[in-house]
Amino acid sequence: MSGYPAGQPVPPHLGEVIVEARGIEKYFGDNHVLRGIDLDVSRREAVMIVGRSGSGKTTLLRCLNFLEEPTVGSVEIDGLRVEAAPLRARSKAHQEQIRQIRLRASMLFQEFALFPHMSVIGNCIESPVRVRGIPRHEAEALAEKYLDKVGLLEKRNEYPARLSGGQKQRVAIARALCMEPKVLLFDEPTSALDPELIGEVLNVMEELAHEGTTMIVVTHEMHFAREAADRVIFMEGGVILEQGPPEQILNSPKEEATKRFLRRFLQA
Amino acid sequence: MTAAEARPARAQVLDDILAARRRQRRWFRGQFILVWVVVVGILGVFLWSAGRVSLDFIFSSGPYILQGAGITILISVVAMVLAIILALLGAVGRLSSNAISFSVASLYVSLVRGTPLLVQIYFIFLALPQAGIILDAIPAGIIALGFNYGAYMTEIFRAGIQAVPPSQREAAQALGMPERLAFRRIVLPQAVRIVIPAIGNDFIAMIKDSSLVSIIAIQELLWRASRVGRSERQVLAAITIAAVVYWGLTIVFSYFQDKLEQRMARGDR
Repeated sequence: MSGYPAGQPVPPHLGEVIVEARGIEKYFGDNHVLRGIDLDVSRREAVMIVGRSGSGKTTLLRCLNFLEEPTVGSVEIDGLRVEAAPLRARSKAHQEQIRQIRLRASMLFQEFALFPHMSVIGNCIESPVRVRGIPRHEAEALAEKYLDKVGLLEKRNEYPARLSGGQKQRVAIARALCMEPKVLLFDEPTSALDPELIGEVLNVMEELAHEGTTMIVVTHEMHFAREAADRVIFMEGGVILEQGPPEQILNSPKEEATKRFLRRFLQA
Repeated sequence: MTAAEARPARAQVLDDILAARRRQRRWFRGQFILVWVVVVGILGVFLWSAGRVSLDFIFSSGPYILQGAGITILISVVAMVLAIILALLGAVGRLSSNAISFSVASLYVSLVRGTPLLVQIYFIFLALPQAGIILDAIPAGIIALGFNYGAYMTEIFRAGIQAVPPSQREAAQALGMPERLAFRRIVLPQAVRIVIPAIGNDFIAMIKDSSLVSIIAIQELLWRASRVGRSERQVLAAITIAAVVYWGLTIVFSYFQDKLEQRMARGDR
């Protein structure tokens, strides 16, 4: 089964389902942030999640690789299924399962979170060498390949402090790619950037999408969603209110809340 | 006036401003040195004449007192290494979600910060032998100083670790790093950079607090100064020599601390 509503054609380039979230609920104290989310994402699919701030979209993304432990529900990524277990969240076995999920689904952050005490190449090879156990010279070759892909090979020896925001986010993408995850999760990757730097990051992401990288992106960039998404999800009040191909959701949404959201967005 | 004419004129103004700034800086430095030399000089002359300081004493006993500096440095450095190890363990314990680690670390900090260093020195050197634990003076002094500073520095390390943005730990985890690896490779190096000024500060305080171990007859700076000063009736000169040596040591270590901070600032945000 795919994440597409019944009766809608599934884009032909998509593979089998690789991310399967079931019944995700999340409470922060009394605040019921996610109210039962089911989400399927197929291999090579680019899914964009849009919605007002506070709609739960970032929390959903963080639940997918357990940076937030869901209160209820399960996440399966590439055959590994992990149940939410807030009560035994610190058990060794559970931690190891979560780590395996994160190896499959790597997260990119709004604030880039490059390691400031390591050079660009150091950022990229740290995890491949120490987590995947790849020999250093191979890891460097891998990192150079991906730095070249994001157009920053010449910055390999710089420290993050000397990069612009857009360059930092591109390095962060290269760093994530070095772990060769099955899925990339982007949490508002351009929200912390000056307007003139957004384009370079979106270009890299669009290229990845067109190459068939599976990605789930929380974004406010509607134009980008239209260009690069296979599917757009609109979230409101902790549920998926409607989803479908970008033209449908962004041009002729069914739900009143989606229309309101888009109207406000297109005015701004 | 055309642009071509304006430019040299503006360059001249900029040069003048820079030259004026240099003059101001030089004048500031000149006054700084002047104040220090005059104040220290007046103090020195006053003590010299009023205290009937004997030059012979300075030459004959000065070297003896100075040799104590070696012991002072030895004790301070070893105690500092011990303190850093304890502080790191203490900080990890204070931040641990494990009840036992947290309790032990909290007890350590509370107990050691709640009792005077002098009492701790007496306890380790004079009281423990009654329980059959007999230590030489120097190890006892080092342990007392190390434990004491370790407790204060536990809080420094804890604050330093907490000052590293949580996103750093999350990014490490998102790249599949296990908790320990993320701590050791990502969080700790950044925390260390944050706490270096405070640790340097504590080290300088430690050099001076090491004088307290003179009380258990460790032959460091102060012990030697007070002993030879009393026996030769030149306490003023002897204690002044010790004070000047402490001061000199702290200036030297402050200098190295500055250099270290500059080096660590490399690659900073």
